[in-house]
Amino acid sequence: MSFKGVMRPGHAAIRVLDMQESVKYYVERIGLIKTDEDDQGRVYLKAWDEHDRFSIVLREADSPGIDHMAFKVYSTADLDEFEGKLNDYGQNVERIPANELKGCGERVRFDSPSGHTFELYAEKEVLGNGLGRKNPDPWPEGLKGMQVYRFDHCLLYGSNSKGTVDIFREVLGFDLTEEVVSPEGDRIAAFLSCSNKAHDLAILEYAEPGKLHHVSFMLMSWEEVLRAADIMGMHNISIDIGPTRHGITRGRTIYFFDPSGNRNEVFCGDYTWYPDHGPITWNAEELGKAIFYHDRKLNENFLTVVT
Amino acid sequence: MEQLGRKEIPVGCRGGGCGVCRVQVLDGGEYHTGKMSREQISEDDEAKGICLACKLVPDSDLQLKVVGKWQNQFVTSTSSKN
Ligand SMILES: [Fe+2]
Repeated sequence: MSFKGVMRPGHAAIRVLDMQESVKYYVERIGLIKTDEDDQGRVYLKAWDEHDRFSIVLREADSPGIDHMAFKVYSTADLDEFEGKLNDYGQNVERIPANELKGCGERVRFDSPSGHTFELYAEKEVLGNGLGRKNPDPWPEGLKGMQVYRFDHCLLYGSNSKGTVDIFREVLGFDLTEEVVSPEGDRIAAFLSCSNKAHDLAILEYAEPGKLHHVSFMLMSWEEVLRAADIMGMHNISIDIGPTRHGITRGRTIYFFDPSGNRNEVFCGDYTWYPDHGPITWNAEELGKAIFYHDRKLNENFLTVVT
Repeated sequence: MEQLGRKEIPVGCRGGGCGVCRVQVLDGGEYHTGKMSREQISEDDEAKGICLACKLVPDSDLQLKVVGKWQNQFVTSTSSKN
């Protein structure tokens, strides 16, 4: 972890049932900024404190879910190196040409045992965060809704999750920060970091491949999480659970759903990860507390409601 | 119905995406639906009156049967989709 190699989650490509309704939701309620759209009808959005052109891409489709999750790597040399390593590891790897997503450089796409498609890229057009880099103000005026700061991580559900976790740890250099282990000793959930964050990606073992549990956006304080929940009340946004506390990552959180049923999260306040800390282990018997620290039990929906 | 505390139909995402609230409309009741995930409700399902309760708008009194998504698949269970 030195912010070379894989730096961060760069974007998530999300399928929605109704584009107009979804753009309104992500712009007016979540507070993303629409930066572009393309001739395929895909819409590009970014959170205000992100510098690159987009972090969420919406595509209208007949079923919701995630098309791919992409990570930004530090340099094109890193991109080439990871492409080679993924090939050597035996993944199906494909180069997607620059500007297939508008403003994004070449992407290296690879499949995974859990049925998810991931991508890496090194370059994306920089728009800045609206404050400039010379004597900047602390925040821009005119933000909307929950005013999220950035796209932060995804939790994905899939079968054979161990194989996917292995790719991220062995090929892409992610650290395992936390894990949930079954009584039989199998790891059923893994939290992975490529940075100083408690997680950049989490994967939970599930009977079906390729599922999305949630896309998460970062806020800075518990007060902001509460205010986000108020906005959900004002606009009858479907809330799953919260505001509450995660045991895993210690995040303060609320889960809710976009208009197509894709789960979203806004959260604040996980801890700072350093690679010499070593992973935290949760026993599956304590899974309730691990996920929802106050209720100490899982709501059924945590395990069944995915897109 | 959810606000009345009626628990017969499971509540999921409320957006037509997750399939948890699958129901079947019985005996030719009149209704229409909003957009639902094709992965959860096939054209066949629709022909049989199967839909997601969260996207179901009744146009007459309806009799519903809870069809439900497949069993909770967490960790151990196996099942094929539909
Ligand atoms: Fe999360």
